[in-house]
Amino acid sequence: MMMNDMASLGDTQTQAPDRHIGDVILDLQGISLSFGGVKALTNISFDVREHEIRSIIGPNGAGKSSMLNVINGVYRPQEGEITFHGKVRKDMDPHRAATQGIARTFQNIALFKGMSVLDNIMTGRNLKMKCNLFEHALYWGRAQKEEIEHRKKVEEVIDFLEIQSIRKTPVGRLPYGLQKRVELGRALAAEPTLLLLDEPMAGMNVEEKQDMCRFILDVNDQFGTTIVLIEHDMGVVMDISDRVVVLDYGKKIGDGVPDEVKNNPEVIAAYLGTSH
Amino acid sequence: MLYREAGQFKASYQEDQQIFPIRQDKLGFIAILGFFFVVLPLIASEYWLQAILIPVLIFSLAAIGLNILTGYAGQLSLGSAAFMAVGAFGAYNFILRIDGMPFIVALLLGGLCAAAVGVAFGLPSLRIKGFYLAVATLAAQFFIVWALVKFPWFSNNSSSGVITAQHVEILGFAFDTPVLKYLLTLAIVAVLALVAKNLVRSTTGRGWMAVRDMDVAAEVIGIRPMRAKLTAFAVSSFYCGVAGALYAYTYLGTVEPEGFNLDLSFKILFMIIIGGVGSIMGSFLGAAFIVLLPIFLNVAMHALFAGSMPAGLGSNLELIIFGGLIIFFLIVEPHGLARLWQIGKEKMRLWPFPH
Amino acid sequence: MGFFFEVLIGGLLSGVLYALVALGFVLIYKASGVFNFAQGAMVFFAALTFVGFREVLPGWTGLEADGNFVFWLAFVLALASMVVLGILTEKIVLRPLVNQPHITLFMATIGLTFLIEGIAQGIWGANVRGLDLGIADEPVEWIMESADILVSKFDLFAATIAGALVASLALFFQYTKVGRALRAVADDHQAALSIGIPLQHIWAIVWAVAGFVALVAGLIWGARSGVQFALTFTALKALPVLILGGFTSVPGAIVGGLIIGASEKLAEVFIGPFVGGGIEGWFPYVLALAFLLVRPEGLFGERHIDRV
Ligand SMILES: Nc1ncnc2c1ncn2[C@@H]1O[C@H](COP(=O)(O)OP(=O)(O)O)[C@@H](O)[C@H]1O
Ligand SMILES: [Mg+2]
Repeated sequence: MMMNDMASLGDTQTQAPDRHIGDVILDLQGISLSFGGVKALTNISFDVREHEIRSIIGPNGAGKSSMLNVINGVYRPQEGEITFHGKVRKDMDPHRAATQGIARTFQNIALFKGMSVLDNIMTGRNLKMKCNLFEHALYWGRAQKEEIEHRKKVEEVIDFLEIQSIRKTPVGRLPYGLQKRVELGRALAAEPTLLLLDEPMAGMNVEEKQDMCRFILDVNDQFGTTIVLIEHDMGVVMDISDRVVVLDYGKKIGDGVPDEVKNNPEVIAAYLGTSH
Repeated sequence: MLYREAGQFKASYQEDQQIFPIRQDKLGFIAILGFFFVVLPLIASEYWLQAILIPVLIFSLAAIGLNILTGYAGQLSLGSAAFMAVGAFGAYNFILRIDGMPFIVALLLGGLCAAAVGVAFGLPSLRIKGFYLAVATLAAQFFIVWALVKFPWFSNNSSSGVITAQHVEILGFAFDTPVLKYLLTLAIVAVLALVAKNLVRSTTGRGWMAVRDMDVAAEVIGIRPMRAKLTAFAVSSFYCGVAGALYAYTYLGTVEPEGFNLDLSFKILFMIIIGGVGSIMGSFLGAAFIVLLPIFLNVAMHALFAGSMPAGLGSNLELIIFGGLIIFFLIVEPHGLARLWQIGKEKMRLWPFPH
Repeated sequence: MGFFFEVLIGGLLSGVLYALVALGFVLIYKASGVFNFAQGAMVFFAALTFVGFREVLPGWTGLEADGNFVFWLAFVLALASMVVLGILTEKIVLRPLVNQPHITLFMATIGLTFLIEGIAQGIWGANVRGLDLGIADEPVEWIMESADILVSKFDLFAATIAGALVASLALFFQYTKVGRALRAVADDHQAALSIGIPLQHIWAIVWAVAGFVALVAGLIWGARSGVQFALTFTALKALPVLILGGFTSVPGAIVGGLIIGASEKLAEVFIGPFVGGGIEGWFPYVLALAFLLVRPEGLFGERHIDRV
């Protein structure tokens, strides 16, 4: 598996992995969202294709997180339409999004602080576990078998993310970088088809970033998971994305393959304008 | 050197997921159970059984109930005593009105009544959080006690709602001595504690804790906050209800609605804060502590003042000590006595080579 | 119809008192995010300390027991005690719990409630005391003559005091540096720091002001129904008020207090007889709950969507 990882990482750095990209699975049309008087998103449209890594970039406050929140129904847009797997809707709802295979991580780590790493990741399996309250009460027969079965899946995730040594640690005690990794683990345990990652590498050192990059690419490569990624590190974004959307002040100012976006004058202006 | 996990490798996830993965813990637990089931009934006096051990067990059960709701699911409740009242009056009416109603069934039905009422008052938790919810449970506290006093049907037309529990009989066998009542209470509490432990280590319990720690993230991963909160209210109130029924049947014998007042609710809240929020073990430790402290204080004061105790000093001291301890534990050891117990065990594990 | 208005006015006047206690909650909640369950205990502590000083001062100083001087000296001493209590609470209880979950802070103030009650009764004893502010609890004549409605002089006096207090607090918030800092803290701790007043000082000031409000509420309430342990329950009455008015709104506390006061009396008189009476104990809670289901953010609160 190690060999495989390295190979795939090398691959993607030299050529965009366009070979496996499929049809559009998520299509957002004319999305507008506001909070009181604040317009977070204005008439935004873009789509996501199966198996691709789709990045959203833009300065702080541009509306990137809001966009993810709209995709999985945490925020409800006032206008627009969301088409996911062919179904057209006005908005999503977090639970429905989860049952349809959307999982995510959050910009500010949203782990269950009082629970161990293992339990946190186990929660990712909850939609696949079928026993009811009374079976849990007895913890016997089917309930126990189910628990063990899913524990095995979770251990696979733990192996994949190389966090075996901390599985019993309460997540609140872990350093920041590891917490981000556990949060990814929780999302992966749900075996999502669409994975939304909100700044998974923010605040990490170079080594941690490399690890996280490798995990994201492996997930995309080995499991074929479609990924929507918000990230500030342009090097990483241009390296691993298939296509990039650029937001600024809630508006879309660019959309395309990394090279296109990199040379878009509006995008360059927005970045120069904010970073100086 | 006796308390070690070295050399105990877990060959399967099943072994790893046991309640006591370490062999010494399991043996220790069996020893404790043996002590409570066999040794105590032989050596404890009637006073100890009836006035201390039985209430400790019953309060432990109520504390487990509140801990499920507050400690695991993160929903603050100030109405535990009212749910106990529902259990007590529920069981009383089932036995009173249905011929040949078996005691255990009545107990469970009393618990189910409490669960239903709990869910009704838990409905606001779907829209409100934190101390807003505390107000909803206060509504339950005042409304339920009021209703039990005002509607004579609940107490079979007795004055001011006082009920006298019927004799406890299971399969023709009468539980009429302190030892027998103690054993009955112990058995019920032990079984329900095991069930609670099972719940909190299963998907149900993880759902509760997830909603407690971060409800948005829980919803995003597919846990239904509504379901989690309402099951927590139901299970919690069920436990409080059964505790309330035992309170009437194996402890006091005669109870009135006003006995299940806000003070009692606070007492149960204190048990979980001091014992350990989010710990089944802590519920027992907290209940024992809160029941024993006033008795201990009383003895100490009498020894100190030799009979000439200033009036009211004892009860004021009790308020001060309870209040002070709550604050102390919240600041210094938010996981309560249960955590201290664990730290003690960890020290043992390293002994005699502390690193 | 006259009877209806009598009940309504009686209810509104006691509502003013609820508002006063609720105000103490709002002050502390705004500044430090703590839901101070001990506010009721503070009311009790304040009233008991005042009455206690009034009893012992003549013996210590040889002053005339009923004189104005003793009254004001006792008032000042009680106020000083409240300020000390507030500052100690901030230092010993709340500062170590900064950044803990709301629910933990809430439970800590429940502990504080017991502590304060124990200390108050430990110092001054537990027996019920009368408290005479020199205003008779008798109907105002001209209202009785002109409108044929009974309105108690005392209630009117209490409402005036409470109204004045509320107005001066509003001015305090609006026009003083500390007041502005306070509002800033409520919105954003960083912003408050930039005003140049340390957060701890602000908290101490707020607790002291809340102590003052508790003293006024305690005196009025104590004069009405005796200084006794039951004063602590005023906090319980203030809870539904806060739910209606929202935890952060001064006008909300006032309007909420009036609504709760009026509706509970009206309910008791006009609905109570049909269900056996005594519904005052729970009616405000049920009303507040019903309201919450419709508008979880309260009367004046803004709808808030968790940011993730
Ligand atoms: N829950 C919310 N309530 C109010 N305003 C919000 C909320 N979430 C986001 N916003 C506002 O929407 C805008 C976009 O924010 P966000 O999507 O977090 O940007 P980004 O992730 O690109 O930094 C900001 O102005 C932010 O203040
Ligand atoms: Mg963001």
